Amino acid sequence: MRKNYEGVAVAVPVTVPYVRYSIRAAHWWLARAVSELLKISKLKKEQLDGLSVSSFTLAPDSAVGLTQHLGLSPRWLDHLPYGGASGVVALRRAARAVQAGDAEVVACIAGDTNHVDSFRLTLANFSQFARDAVYPYGAGGPNASFAFLTAYYMRTYGATREDFGKLCVAQRANALKFPHALFKKPLTLEEYLVARPIADPLHLYDCVMPCAGAEAFLVMTVEKAESLNLKFAKLLGTIERHNAFPTDPIQMRGGWALDRDELYAQAGLAPQDMDFLQTYDDYPVISLMQLEDLGFCAKGEAPDFIRSHTFTTDGDFPLNTSGGQLSVGQAGAAGGYLGLVEAIRQLTGQAGERQVKDARAGLVSGFGMINFDRGLSSGAAIFAKL
Amino acid sequence: MTEELTRPKKKNPILRTRLPTLPPGARSRVALGLTAAAAEGRFALQSCRDCGAIQYPPREACQECLSLRLSWKKQTTTGELLAQTVLHHSNDLFFRERLPWRLGLVKLDCGPTVVAHLHSGIADAPVRVHVSARLDRAGQAVIVATPDKESTMAEDRQMREFTCDPKFRKVLVTDGKSPLGQALINSLAKAGADLIWVGHSEPWKKFPGFDELKKIPQVTLIPLDVTDSKSVRELAAEIGGKVDILVNNAEFHRAFGIVNRAGVETARAEMDVNYFGLLRLAQEFGPAMRARGADGQAGAVAWVNLLSIYALANFPSHGTYSASKAAAHSLAQCLRAEMRPAGVRVVNLFPGPIDDEWNQLLEPPKLSPENLARAAVNALRDGIEDVYPGDVAQEWLERWRDNPKALEKELSS
Amino acid sequence: MSILLQLAKELTLGKIKVVDLTQTLAPEFPSISLPPEMGQAWPFRIEEVSRYDERGPAWYWNNFSCGEHTGTHFDAPIHWISGKDLPGNAVDSIPPERFIGPACVIDCSKEAAKDADFLLTKEFITTWEKKYGRIPPRAWVLMRTDWSKKWDEVRDPVQYQNYDETGQHTPGPDVGAVRFLVEEREVLGFGTESIGTDAGQASHLRPPYPCHYYMHGAGRYGLQCLTNLDLLPPVGALVVAAPLKIRNGSGSPLRVIALVESQ
Repeated sequence: MRKNYEGVAVAVPVTVPYVRYSIRAAHWWLARAVSELLKISKLKKEQLDGLSVSSFTLAPDSAVGLTQHLGLSPRWLDHLPYGGASGVVALRRAARAVQAGDAEVVACIAGDTNHVDSFRLTLANFSQFARDAVYPYGAGGPNASFAFLTAYYMRTYGATREDFGKLCVAQRANALKFPHALFKKPLTLEEYLVARPIADPLHLYDCVMPCAGAEAFLVMTVEKAESLNLKFAKLLGTIERHNAFPTDPIQMRGGWALDRDELYAQAGLAPQDMDFLQTYDDYPVISLMQLEDLGFCAKGEAPDFIRSHTFTTDGDFPLNTSGGQLSVGQAGAAGGYLGLVEAIRQLTGQAGERQVKDARAGLVSGFGMINFDRGLSSGAAIFAKL
Repeated sequence: MTEELTRPKKKNPILRTRLPTLPPGARSRVALGLTAAAAEGRFALQSCRDCGAIQYPPREACQECLSLRLSWKKQTTTGELLAQTVLHHSNDLFFRERLPWRLGLVKLDCGPTVVAHLHSGIADAPVRVHVSARLDRAGQAVIVATPDKESTMAEDRQMREFTCDPKFRKVLVTDGKSPLGQALINSLAKAGADLIWVGHSEPWKKFPGFDELKKIPQVTLIPLDVTDSKSVRELAAEIGGKVDILVNNAEFHRAFGIVNRAGVETARAEMDVNYFGLLRLAQEFGPAMRARGADGQAGAVAWVNLLSIYALANFPSHGTYSASKAAAHSLAQCLRAEMRPAGVRVVNLFPGPIDDEWNQLLEPPKLSPENLARAAVNALRDGIEDVYPGDVAQEWLERWRDNPKALEKELSS
Repeated sequence: MSILLQLAKELTLGKIKVVDLTQTLAPEFPSISLPPEMGQAWPFRIEEVSRYDERGPAWYWNNFSCGEHTGTHFDAPIHWISGKDLPGNAVDSIPPERFIGPACVIDCSKEAAKDADFLLTKEFITTWEKKYGRIPPRAWVLMRTDWSKKWDEVRDPVQYQNYDETGQHTPGPDVGAVRFLVEEREVLGFGTESIGTDAGQASHLRPPYPCHYYMHGAGRYGLQCLTNLDLLPPVGALVVAAPLKIRNGSGSPLRVIALVESQ
């Protein structure tokens, strides 16, 4: 039986406001994230003795280069290239570090810049498999990969565009209450349905918009958080998995399905105990898979689940309460932090007008790295209000 | 769904000729195994020599047993289309100019799931498909799915990008005097070539087949001597901007190696036609063809070289000829690299002995000019880059691949 | 006034005209064809070295290549097996005075127009002599056929070469004519307008290629692919035909000029 995550606190949710395009380097965005963490926590730079970095556009630098760039001298350092799973994975590594005393305060930061041509260059060289076996096929990027999964899912489980649209419309409503969201206009189901096709069956509002931005939070022990007078949420349990089910001919499930029982066992809670869910939502179909694989409904039943629930912050199943990436924007690796940072806000009473009423526990899920035909990394974490 | 290939409209001479773009051509070294097989028209994937697992995408180690002993093996070519998409947006210039573009995720019967370009004749998923590896305009292999093995590539808008079908195209055959030249002209005419310019050197020499050649309606005889820079330059100035496919079959072939023939004049003549002839043609016709890589539906697409299987290993009884073909092969590789930015494919033919005058004393089997011509046209249609037609060429190739030193020793005894 | 000064003066005054008997060396000029399994003469080929460009900014020049027997050219005795052992038989060892001689132009143009295989006979020559006088020793005998016009006027290599299934058909001398010129008239050499001093079908004569055999065997010379013979008087012109000085050379392309006195 492995060690639980007792005594781990997450605090200081930071979002560096996104922009569509930036002429700055990734370092600029990550620097702002660290600076915000310090400003809010009133910690001195020297007190950050752990640093975890995720970024697609930091190259040729890595986390260690960033320490010199920012004048930090951490005794614990991590560089995590897990894309949309970066938030959960960073949390897991940092939690063990503070439990073991290898670090006292770990700053988890993720951010990317977005030059006008960054996205294409990232796609063309995303992975060896992508370069060899995906990009030469129309260079559609993740749109094409998720188009396959969406088409297959729709055919197999009877999902309709209206089902996906319902999630997108609800998330847009949530985003309108989140000042940092790049999308400021309401979205109707009609607008969703008539949007221009991008990669059938995906249309414009099914696809995240790449942008520049950064997200950050601090991990420390509960005692440390209390001594610093920080608002924090408790980590109850967390899982990760890479390259699950490699023999599935097409991805209809993620690693969560392998590990979710352990997740709920660590937390001592069940799916119905969650007051909100933050899924990784670069495309709606992947939210449906997370609903199923994290046990909110059985495989193939997500369409019915969507039809019978409401997903706004005041709904009966608050989902992606800050709007998710579909309405906030996808700031590279920060996309994998968005839900986690929002969960901390919800559980520390910092979510403003989108505060989920009486939120005591919430689940955050991450998913990342379409290396070839599927997302390889999955992770999830359950947090509770103090 | 299939769009019939129709005769392209006459070009509007006052419109700009668009510049060629290429699909993404970067590949890891290990992925070039797919390209190497596709260049010969084979569909091969890595197979583990220890556990037999078939791998895709290409990798350095077996995903089942971590063995490093992966070798490229011919695979079955059937599978099921799991899902499809039609791209309406692409991040790449080449595809942006060709949207919408249809793609599929195909579960191969031999194991892996692959992303593939889809022929428009394929019905909606789920459906059985035939797969093959084709060279794209960047010269790299991609997997394409067609309704079945016999599907016509040229009749499909997307698939056409992987072929160099002579139909409706203008072709220059550099030598019409040889039996092979005439067989090539017949095959190209039958394949629907719009116009065939036929090179005619030393016009005072009558040759067999001359009258039949003049009866083919597409044929225009033009003076061309590949040993004369001026002749090549003048012809290129005249028709270079119209040639879609150049077939360089001009060759000079005499028997013997070093000691059985005195002097260097014959060897020099071989080099002058077989090597310098290619160089002259490439210098004069190459630039215009490179500029016309995207000239509408029938832009410049291919350059065919008549090499020889002796280009791989010297056949001492035709030793100087072998050397000239080896030189030409090397130059053809350079040409291939230089034509790449335009997406113009360089097709190399590596026949064994052709059944002609200069191989009179060689024992059969010998490749008939007609069969070689057919192989050349099929290569254009199928988008194949290296052609080893006939039993002799296939056997030499196998021996050469197995052990080039052993082949050298066999040939020297 | 010396003869040469007088000559120079007459040239300046235009009283002596210079006629160019030379075809232009160009890649497309028809070249001699032998059976394909035999050794072949290089046709004339030319490659630019530079033309006021990055290969040579202020100058233009070419490299050319050709066989000794290309274009308008000179045949030395060593060219033929019958002349292989004669002294002074190569272009470098021929005494230079042999390059200059009076021209006797025998007009066979009507006959050649009617019959491409026309053979010049001893009788034809003696008939000519009755009209224009005996051919002096050391004269160039030039067989005018107007064959050169097939190239000069219509640029037709097919007509100029005139091949059919039985080979080439061009006019030339017969055995008797050659022997007569060599043995009884001591000519310097024999010149024609077609490719070859011998007729196209001369391989069927006995001996084959008599002009090559007897002329060269007697240390005489040949001039081929001449042009403008119709601009020369039957007698009275002086021909200058100096080949390149190639060591042991069997022949050479050259500029052949004729000096003609104005009437």
